[in-house]
Amino acid sequence: MSRTPIEKPKSVYFFGTCLVDLFYPEAGVAGIELIKREGVEVIFPQAQSCCGQPAFNSGQRDKARDVARAQLDLFRKDIPVVLPSGSCAGMMFKHYPELFEGDVDYNKACALANRVYELSDFLLNVLKIKLTDKGEPMRVTWHGSCHSQREMGVRSQPKDLINQLENVELVELKRETECCGFGGTFAVRQPEISAAMVSDKADDVEATQAQKLVSGDCGCMMNITGHLDYRKSDVKGLHLAEFLWERTNDPR
Amino acid sequence: MTLVNGKDFKGRVHKALKDDELRANFRRAMDGLMGKRAMQFTDGDEWTRLRNLGESIKKRALSKLPELLERLEENCTKNGIKVHWARTVDEANSIILEILKSHDVNTVVKGKSMVSEEMELNHFLGDHGIRALEADLGEYIVQMAGQMPSHIVMPAIHMNKGQIAKLFQDHLPDTPYSEDAAELTAIARKELRREFMEAGAGLSGVNFAVAETGTLCLVENEGNGRMVTTVPPVHIAVTGIEKVVENLSDVPALLSLLTRSATGQPITTYFNMITSPRKEGEKDGPKEVHLVLLDNGRSKVYRDTETRDTLQCIRCGACMNHCPVYTRIGGHAYGGVYPGPIGKILTPQLEGLDEYPEHASASTLCNACVEVCPVKIPIAKMLVRLRDENSGNCPHGEHPLKGRGTKSSTLENAGWSGWAAMNASSATYKVATTAMSRIGNLLPQASPMLKEWTSVRVKPKFAKKTLHQMAKEMGLKDE
Amino acid sequence: MNKIVKQEILDSLRNASSSKGDFVTDKSVIYDKKWTQEQKIERFCQVTSAVNTQIKQTTLRDAQRDLIDLLTEKGVRHLMQGSPSPIAKEITDNWTATDTGVKLRSYDQTIEACKEELFSVDASLTTTVGAIAETGSLILWPTREEPRLLSLVPPIHVALVYEDRFFNTFLEAIEQEQWTTHMPTNALLISGPSKTSDIEQELCYGVHGPKELVVMVIRNN
Repeated sequence: MSRTPIEKPKSVYFFGTCLVDLFYPEAGVAGIELIKREGVEVIFPQAQSCCGQPAFNSGQRDKARDVARAQLDLFRKDIPVVLPSGSCAGMMFKHYPELFEGDVDYNKACALANRVYELSDFLLNVLKIKLTDKGEPMRVTWHGSCHSQREMGVRSQPKDLINQLENVELVELKRETECCGFGGTFAVRQPEISAAMVSDKADDVEATQAQKLVSGDCGCMMNITGHLDYRKSDVKGLHLAEFLWERTNDPR
Repeated sequence: MTLVNGKDFKGRVHKALKDDELRANFRRAMDGLMGKRAMQFTDGDEWTRLRNLGESIKKRALSKLPELLERLEENCTKNGIKVHWARTVDEANSIILEILKSHDVNTVVKGKSMVSEEMELNHFLGDHGIRALEADLGEYIVQMAGQMPSHIVMPAIHMNKGQIAKLFQDHLPDTPYSEDAAELTAIARKELRREFMEAGAGLSGVNFAVAETGTLCLVENEGNGRMVTTVPPVHIAVTGIEKVVENLSDVPALLSLLTRSATGQPITTYFNMITSPRKEGEKDGPKEVHLVLLDNGRSKVYRDTETRDTLQCIRCGACMNHCPVYTRIGGHAYGGVYPGPIGKILTPQLEGLDEYPEHASASTLCNACVEVCPVKIPIAKMLVRLRDENSGNCPHGEHPLKGRGTKSSTLENAGWSGWAAMNASSATYKVATTAMSRIGNLLPQASPMLKEWTSVRVKPKFAKKTLHQMAKEMGLKDE
Repeated sequence: MNKIVKQEILDSLRNASSSKGDFVTDKSVIYDKKWTQEQKIERFCQVTSAVNTQIKQTTLRDAQRDLIDLLTEKGVRHLMQGSPSPIAKEITDNWTATDTGVKLRSYDQTIEACKEELFSVDASLTTTVGAIAETGSLILWPTREEPRLLSLVPPIHVALVYEDRFFNTFLEAIEQEQWTTHMPTNALLISGPSKTSDIEQELCYGVHGPKELVVMVIRNN
């Protein structure tokens, strides 16, 4: 997916996403810090909530639109909107225009959609960050969400960022691009299939003998690490932003 | 062997997931097919341009479908091919029965035809004293086993050599047990040769029906397709009405996309183009060729421009080869004729959402299928449309699908209304999330929805402070 | 009765919403596939031999001897050709059973009359209309002289193709030769011997069609 390259902006909006807000706020904080460290101002509209994806994917389009509409006026400045989730970014980037087709807010929705960036893509390709590893040697593996890959074109960016870290060995996951089985409400509507998928994914993670599983999407993370922890696995999961911040920040 | 319906999807899923052998067979087979396909499309630019071309060819044909069907009929008729129209599978079966009876046929040899599976043709003919014998090796095997095909291109993909060896030993006279694939193939060749020679009629599907020239095109690797369309005195071809393409020059692009996507081959062994029955002075070929055009709900799918995209399908099977759900549950779990992603969107539209209520939700919307579809069917978008139809909530489509509202639930609607109310107002969102971060972790593991989750995962842990709170503490600007 | 059904189906389709869009057909991705004559032949050989086709490059002068050699090596005793034979005189003239051990037969009756013979012969010999470089395919247009089953039934099929009859792509063949103006009863693309991987994805040759395909490429010198 090639987007018109943009210059490094003076400020950006940060859309946290509801999963980060409730379950992984430290990932959100890390993402914000990574951007701020590059001298970019981060604006966090307090009135933000959810992108609307859960309802959109569950046959509740009207309700998805109501929630999406509530976000449209919060990001009016012509600056990038950065999200620590390829899945939610994909919802806005790819599906907002579709969701608001024929609606009075169509132009507003498209304007917002075009300014949406997934965090790792933004850090690498817009801010062009250079990371200096301050941590101990470690082996990790990476899992990218389906939507970040297929809707936001995020495939190599996170791995490029991880590979900037000198003391980190990145081991590729077998069948890296295969879905982990989260799929939002899928995990609840088709629990057996979801369980089979996450189990296979966890097997592949453990086979890498990595100490950490790094992921760019909290939905996947909740799913895979939720299962890894259930198995009492030694592999711990964390969000890419948190991982990069931890490795490159001075130890407290 | 009759068509399994969509009603006990979860039961069949459960059975499939517990079948280690099935899972291993499918995993190995899908990995192989994905690898082979990838090797055919190493040039990203060529792939993009070719699939854009394929999409536009199919969309163009669909945009003129009634006109092309008439042109197809006109040209086929001029060529001596008799064209029949069937609205329902019953009508199609009757037409075929009549043709066979008028020629006193007691055995029909068949090339692979998914449309004939929709018709449950073999069963129907059997009830009328006519033997319909599958000649494609994979179909021959599943027919012998009394099963439905589990993949649209490789029907016996769910079986291994041991199972096939036993099948041949049990069903074929004087046949010893052998797991050697070459030997098994030779046995099938010998058995079927006599059948080709003696059958009163041959039946085939159609991959592309060319309106411009009245030509029926078939792809195959084995040679049984050519056999059944050339040796017996009567050839009957059946096809869905969506298979017509406008021009002969449209065929090469679609053929290339089909064979490379399906099995990773630049082309199949044979590409067979039939334009007429045996002409004066010709020494072989059927003296009569019939084409049966079947609707069976396709005109319903055609009705609105969003669902119409479903009819672009060229039946390559790439979607199911790449589907993480199909790989784990196999083809039979879906019920119906077409499994995998295309089955998930097509079957409920042909048969009704009420008949196949689980199909739309049996996907994580990972888009792996969308990525590989050679004619760019927006499968994920179609699944979301089917979910909308299922819930009956916001029918934005032009025409309601049969079974709209099948999964409509007052409880669920109320739940989503609550969710929407919470998220659409920043005030209620703040209150709700603050509350959740304080008491959410107290939610018992066995609560509805949570208990499915926690059967294989730990409970998700609400953070002490929300990101909103932390952002405020960090002093970030609000706008 | 069928006319009513036809009308109902067409009416259903006509009552539907119109498709939106231009549907531009840009075939440049296919037209871009161009090779020289030598490259075309090389590519053809490479692609088709990957699926077990045997290739023999020869000249008109040497073709008969090469053909007899390969048939003898394969233990062929009966070779069937079309009737009247469309094969170049240099190849089939002065062919005797005593000299070569291979009897030349002809597909000279209808299939109904010679079924048993056709199904028992060891090999067949046919001409071709050309070949396609991109996909490694032979183009056959069976005729009254060379019927359809000749290239399908016998377990070995030998096909002759002339070096100046190689097309870049299938599309090129269709357009250059103006197929749409004169489609034959049956047109075929044959790209290798018959095969299947229906048994545990293991490749096996010779399912219902020929187990062996031999292509003799006739070069000019």
